[in-house]
Amino acid sequence: MIKLTVNGISHTADTDPDTPLLWVIREWLGMTGTKYGCGIAQCGACTVHIDGVATRSCQVPAGSVGDAKITTIEGLSQDGLSHPVQVAWLQHDVPQCGYCQSGQIMAAAALLKTNPKPSNDDIDNAITNICRCGTYQRIREAIHTAASLGGKA
Amino acid sequence: MSNRLALRRRSFLGSVAALSGGFTLGWHVPAFAQSGGQELGIWVVISPDDTTVVRIARSEMGQGTFTGLAQLVADELDADWKHVRAEYVSPDENLAHKRAWGDMSTGGSRGIRGSVDYVRKGGAAARAMLIEAAAQRWNVPVAECTAANSVLTHTPSGRTLRYGEVAADAAKLPVPTEVKLKTPAQWTIIGKPVKRLDTVDKLSGKQVFAIDVQLPDMLNAAIAQCPVYDGKLKSFDADKIKSMPGVRQVVAVGDNAVAVVADKWYQAKTALAALPIVWDEGASATVDSAQIATLLKGGLDAKEAALGQKHGDVEAGLAGAAKVIEAVYAAPFLAHATMEPMNCTAKFADGKVEIWVASQNGDASLAAAAEASGVKLGDVKVNKLHLGGGFGRRGQQDYTRQAVLIAQQIPGRPVKLIWSREEDTTHDFYRPITQCKLRAGLDASGNVVALHARLSGQSILAYLMPSRMENGVDMIAFQSWTKEEFGYSAIPNLLIDHAVRNTHVPVGFWRGVNTNQNAIYMECFIDEVAHAAGKDPLEFRRTLLVNSPKHLAVLNAVAAKAEWGKPLPQGVFRGICQNYGYGSYTAAVAEVSVSPQGELKVHRIVAATDPGYAVNPQQIEAQVQGSFVFGLSAVLFGEITIDKGRAVETNFDTYPVMRIADMPKVDTIIAPSGGFWGGVGEPTIAVAGPAVLNAIFAATGKRVRSLPLRLTDLAHA
Repeated sequence: MIKLTVNGISHTADTDPDTPLLWVIREWLGMTGTKYGCGIAQCGACTVHIDGVATRSCQVPAGSVGDAKITTIEGLSQDGLSHPVQVAWLQHDVPQCGYCQSGQIMAAAALLKTNPKPSNDDIDNAITNICRCGTYQRIREAIHTAASLGGKA
Repeated sequence: MSNRLALRRRSFLGSVAALSGGFTLGWHVPAFAQSGGQELGIWVVISPDDTTVVRIARSEMGQGTFTGLAQLVADELDADWKHVRAEYVSPDENLAHKRAWGDMSTGGSRGIRGSVDYVRKGGAAARAMLIEAAAQRWNVPVAECTAANSVLTHTPSGRTLRYGEVAADAAKLPVPTEVKLKTPAQWTIIGKPVKRLDTVDKLSGKQVFAIDVQLPDMLNAAIAQCPVYDGKLKSFDADKIKSMPGVRQVVAVGDNAVAVVADKWYQAKTALAALPIVWDEGASATVDSAQIATLLKGGLDAKEAALGQKHGDVEAGLAGAAKVIEAVYAAPFLAHATMEPMNCTAKFADGKVEIWVASQNGDASLAAAAEASGVKLGDVKVNKLHLGGGFGRRGQQDYTRQAVLIAQQIPGRPVKLIWSREEDTTHDFYRPITQCKLRAGLDASGNVVALHARLSGQSILAYLMPSRMENGVDMIAFQSWTKEEFGYSAIPNLLIDHAVRNTHVPVGFWRGVNTNQNAIYMECFIDEVAHAAGKDPLEFRRTLLVNSPKHLAVLNAVAAKAEWGKPLPQGVFRGICQNYGYGSYTAAVAEVSVSPQGELKVHRIVAATDPGYAVNPQQIEAQVQGSFVFGLSAVLFGEITIDKGRAVETNFDTYPVMRIADMPKVDTIIAPSGGFWGGVGEPTIAVAGPAVLNAIFAATGKRVRSLPLRLTDLAHA
């Protein structure tokens, strides 16, 4: 039995502690906003925050998280739209297919928390999530917009 | 028809709601189903509160067709855009109504251009019904009534009615068959950069993709397919894994795969990794990439070849030329690598099948489910979900078939089949591998007197639909090079042909299909010929495009915006190219630098597209930007190699793609010249590669003729 705190709520999951956090979130807790893309921490579709740090949950054993606070895309803002990154994403109409966007948004939100005014180089270094539709240019523009909105809210 | 449809729709929606139980299924449970939405023909449903649902038959995979098609309908309807929503037509509904909604296949950049007339007529018909209903309500002539922004006005008296107020009356009227469409000058929504209709749920994790479907009693399946493409499943030892956590059943899937079914997918995947499987790998288990390259090389000079187009006498032209330039290019197999791996949920119960699927062709998914299960077409229900990427991969229905075959062995319970990323990368329908030998003859003044392009390599039609081959010719191999498409028709002696060389590796339609490789071959080679002729690559192309004003116009547009000929910062160099595909004209200039050590930086792209009419400029811009990511990912990094008959690359570590740090700034010029409807999702990909490769030559003096680029050392003095 694993105990986890996700989006401020305590959960238990009846599975092996080695089960990747991604699958515990998706299958045991039923929250599907966090995506499976590669399973080897290459693509970032599974990005969540663990104590505020952007983390690729497919490579984190759920049993290793302990008391750390997990935030998923569902918990980024109360209404799912009001975090500055979400506001900026909507303004720039960023998503195409949308599958990678939960991870992109979580990565961007974590970046802005530690670096409220990132340069293009900062973005290049911090945002390494894959988008096959190719929304990168709008992601970059939206991160700058989110920064101007006070991105770490 | 309208009322019957309405009844059918409601029962369908009711069953979805019942099945979904307490779970969120993500498609908007349509407001109109509960609030008296009225169907005005088959494309438009209007609720009393004016909410206007446009029915969409094509699939949304990121390309924006949900929004673009809704714009086409809403404009003719004179709807207020703020009331407009989009919703899928289900394939079983389409089947039941003799395909009233037309073709559901979503590929070839056809979403808009293939439906533009009939969906606009649907909007115009609904508008006529609303006007008629209002005129009857007011007891005035129709000619005195107008419609705009979801409001009907009786002009002489100034009385108004909202669409929602008359929709119920309008729905009772016959659907007019003769309607007049607006002229482009009358459009109010077409051509506007409206926001996408499908964004909000993609920001909060609420959007349910097929992989996210959760149903009561659902099980999950992980699959292993024979690693060699024409191999078979021989045996497996289910006893070895039966006691592993969550495992319910181990089942053969067709003759070449085995699946573990468990409570959770992660349990199924873990158990599958421990399952002893014996494959019959068959005769292709010795094939490797070197053998395939040799096979293709043999086609470059083969006597027999399928004809694409010809005029004049190319051999005579080359024989009489003052100078002959020759080059051989090569492009590898490529995987689609959609972000959402292949998956499908299926339920088999009481001789009927229901599937939940992300598909580029809902009709084909329905047919595949029926064929796999043996049930009648009418006993299949298909729930379409938005695609986490398609790029041509989800036109094939192998994963749908498998899900149904698995579910059939566990009747009564829905089973969700998910492919691991490794299965997805190693069991694709790859972009076909080709090589191309080009020869050009120049006269003493440096004019091109003859051009021969000989393709050698795999045919998509031969693999997927051999019945569409015409006398051994796969015309898709010649994309961008047919008489109708090819811009350089002024070349007096021209021959384009294809030595078909097939392998056992599955091939299919990969976003942009053969326009991508063909444009690289032709536009890089034309650059080589320009260089050999001692001419500027832009001026050289302008001369060759003398009979092709629209090709020339986009070329001139990028040249002007990029200020071709003006000096760039130290170390930065330009490349230029043009292409025509999917009904649209495209051109690009790339600005790159290459360090002496060979490190490439693509700084900026200027791209132009002429799609005839631009339905949503901001979405065209998004597609153009994304096209450079797709095209340059292939050119810089992409390659599937074959060893022992199977794909070597398995995941994004061995099949790298572009990330944000690799992304150049893309300046998009949208130059709709009017009079035709071209595609947008694919055509620009073709110009990504040649623009960058030609700029690399300008920077380094090196011609990269074999892809991907990462295998070439660009270090230069």
